[in-house]
Amino acid sequence: MDYSIRICGEAGQGIQTVGDTLSRVFARNGYHVFTHQDYESRIRGGHNFYQVRIADRPLTAACDRIDILIAFDVESMEKDALFVAEQGQIIYDSTVLKQKPDGRKFLDIPFTSLAIEHGGSRIMANTVATGAILGLLGMDMDILFKIISDTFQKKGDDVIKANVAAAAAGYDFAVKGCASCSFSAAARAEQKMLIAGIDAIGVGALASGCKFYAAYPMTPSTGIMNYLAGKSQEFGIIVEQAEDEIAAINMALGASFGGVRAMTASSGGGFALMVEGLSLAAMTETPIVIGLGQRPGPATGFPTRTEQAELQFALYTAHGEFPRIIFAPGDPEQALYLTNKAFDLSEKYQVPAFVIFDQYLADTQWTYAGLDLNRLVYTDYRLRADSLSGLSEYKRHAYTETGVSPLAVPGQSRHIVVTDSDEHDEDGHLVEDAETRKKMVEKRLLRKMPLIQKEIAPPMLYGAADAEIVLVGWGSTYGVIKEAVDELSGKQSVAMLHFSEIFPFPGTDGFDFLGLLRNAKKTICIEQNAMGQFARLVRAETGFEFSAAINRYDGRPFTVENLLGELHGHIG
Amino acid sequence: MATLDDYKGQTPAWCPGCGNFSILRTFKEALVELGLEPHQFTIVSGIGQAAKFPHYLKCNTFNGLHGRSLPVATGLRLANHEMLVFAVAGDGDCYGEGGNHLMHAMRKNVNVKLFVHDNQVYGLTKGQASPTTHEGTVTKNMPFGVFSEQLNPMALAVALDCSFVARSFSGDPEHLRSIVREAVAHKGFCLVDILQPCVSFNKLNTHEWYRQRVYHIEPEYDPADRVKAFERSLEWGDRIPIGVIYRNSRLSLEERIPMIHERPLVKQSHDIAKLCDILKEFY
Ligand SMILES: Cc1ncc(C[n+]2csc(CCOP(=O)(O)OP(=O)(O)O)c2C)c(N)n1
Ligand code: SF4
Repeated sequence: MDYSIRICGEAGQGIQTVGDTLSRVFARNGYHVFTHQDYESRIRGGHNFYQVRIADRPLTAACDRIDILIAFDVESMEKDALFVAEQGQIIYDSTVLKQKPDGRKFLDIPFTSLAIEHGGSRIMANTVATGAILGLLGMDMDILFKIISDTFQKKGDDVIKANVAAAAAGYDFAVKGCASCSFSAAARAEQKMLIAGIDAIGVGALASGCKFYAAYPMTPSTGIMNYLAGKSQEFGIIVEQAEDEIAAINMALGASFGGVRAMTASSGGGFALMVEGLSLAAMTETPIVIGLGQRPGPATGFPTRTEQAELQFALYTAHGEFPRIIFAPGDPEQALYLTNKAFDLSEKYQVPAFVIFDQYLADTQWTYAGLDLNRLVYTDYRLRADSLSGLSEYKRHAYTETGVSPLAVPGQSRHIVVTDSDEHDEDGHLVEDAETRKKMVEKRLLRKMPLIQKEIAPPMLYGAADAEIVLVGWGSTYGVIKEAVDELSGKQSVAMLHFSEIFPFPGTDGFDFLGLLRNAKKTICIEQNAMGQFARLVRAETGFEFSAAINRYDGRPFTVENLLGELHGHIG
Repeated sequence: MATLDDYKGQTPAWCPGCGNFSILRTFKEALVELGLEPHQFTIVSGIGQAAKFPHYLKCNTFNGLHGRSLPVATGLRLANHEMLVFAVAGDGDCYGEGGNHLMHAMRKNVNVKLFVHDNQVYGLTKGQASPTTHEGTVTKNMPFGVFSEQLNPMALAVALDCSFVARSFSGDPEHLRSIVREAVAHKGFCLVDILQPCVSFNKLNTHEWYRQRVYHIEPEYDPADRVKAFERSLEWGDRIPIGVIYRNSRLSLEERIPMIHERPLVKQSHDIAKLCDILKEFY
């Protein structure tokens, strides 16, 4: 069983509400759920969809096929209906759409009049539609009723009752109207958690002890700010909306210098403004975690769509030479753990660490049996009152074997903490001499780099190590490549190599992934950009050339069908 | 108790006769009078001659980027509002490159004390016009003279309802000392514009020029009156007022943030156990 439901229409029609509610109902019913969204950069109108895929086995990607389409506008009937499967259903309200197409696939449900009749208001049309979907699937209504009563708790019993009645009306109408539908979805044992990539980054930050977050809103990073702001009271975290991204990163550095874990995030355009601050973090060796939510550029590009074209920007941007850490999680689970690892390594080595993602990962929701917070690490690497007052002298930038100087919190002892964006001596005071400069470059860069590199995990292999065809990806293409491997196995000898810890580029000590690539007959690097930025990185770091590349750069994510189609061109 | 010697920093690399020396000495004296120890406060600065200030003094220092001292100072204050935070900047640094940050620091009213060494010129980059340079002044890169209107930081600050707006003069150490003390005592964002002759590049606004014009604001003046303050802030030319031009008692940013009422962020521990239930809302 694997159904895909697309809710489609104009912004402002409540697509999000229906999608969110349905996906929660499915996850609580124990189904594996995968959701993704497609929307335009506008608040009302346009053509948008929210797609929910449910199955009795794990799902990791979006698909093009639609089993049930809710069409809220005429455009959906014209465009999206083409993707509806042979046995699929399209539900719509002919009084709103002013048309009544013929055919087995179409089911006209009067969302609005049922809402008025049973709920007492046309606003409940969405609730009717939600109920109708559950009716088509023959699913139990209890969980939906529970969600309705939780959602409208504050609005009182009457509102809850009205919505329950509206949902039930939609349900009954669908059951009667679609007597011959073949869908069925009985409840399953274990309820699952449902989490989006962006929230997972937020949870990761909070769980890592992040106490200060400064940012300026920019899609698709804004969700981190919203998540953390919602938790600020409970967990004592300050979320500051800065006047611009330049201020955001500098505020985060100020807070980090002051002794707390700090983060900022933006997308390419905003991160462009942060670049001098990135360099400042490096020179002053101030820990910071930077979230970089990629979206199609250049300039403002496609504000609400997806692309993986800021890897080079994250890798090479900022002046001077310094170490940086770059993680690109492939799913919300990795987003949680890698955000945690970013905080840990950033403070341990006093270098900037990135978590790069994209609109697709930010918005997609995945289900898990649970995520284990015990796997998170938390070590406070800073010298605070006790450890500091015992020291006879303190130099913020002292030379050490590892290049890592003791990181003190100012104001906690009589020692003073001095740092500078100019080249400085061990005390942190600005200098001009050649000898100190050389030693500082060695300390900051040459000593730390190899140590940081040892912390980087090798790529993940999915499939056999001696596969003839190896599909390579990084970041958010993880899920779709994985499903493609599942589809092709049996017919082909195929495996996936997925990179989520990207820089410093992983070594081959533990796992000879380069050998694996060299032994394969065909290696295909799959990226959501036009230039093959990751393939370039691999070539630069290892000299290895992939035998082929698949690049998508129209602002839309790879779907299972579309990737398989592309792959057939390469491997038959 | 700290003495002047405890504040001895590196040897300044300023030109002989520069107004910055007097500001440095006076600032140290004020710190001693206030009974502050070097580890009890932090000076955040950007780039420029003025911004080298914290190196010439002994204290916690974050010497960051050109124009960016205020966001760093804001982050530091929010992380640790028990720490006294000063920002020291030049007029180019703060009114030019960092203009946006200044405007918003005043709006936010973060409790940072900003001291601008206003020499009406870019010193470190050798004499270009700054936002406070007089209109018409000819520089190497402006052979037809400065076209832009001279920025009036006092009027700007009053217009933005900045919590504490004062001007002083490097040639009047006693006055400057008292302003430093008042700023430290004030709860909220403080802008102190210090008139400072640059002997190398500013041939117009010399020591003599200032001495002839600067006058002390009379003791009866009420800095709480915003309209009067606006009037006073517009005085420039033959007579230049120094003293506290405007003051209000708006709540500071730190006071508005409930999470740090009991203790600053830096003193809050990270309790993983408290996070146990955090994933519950995703079910
Ligand atoms: C981003 C950036 N732009 C330009 C500079 C070059 N720069 C250094 S100091 C300075 C101006 C300094 O003038 P001001 O702030 O008035 O300080 P002063 O030297 O006069 O005390 C400039 C433009 C820089 N360091 N960084
Ligand atoms: S250039 Fe001007 S401001 Fe800079 S040190 Fe020399 S006199 Fe002072």
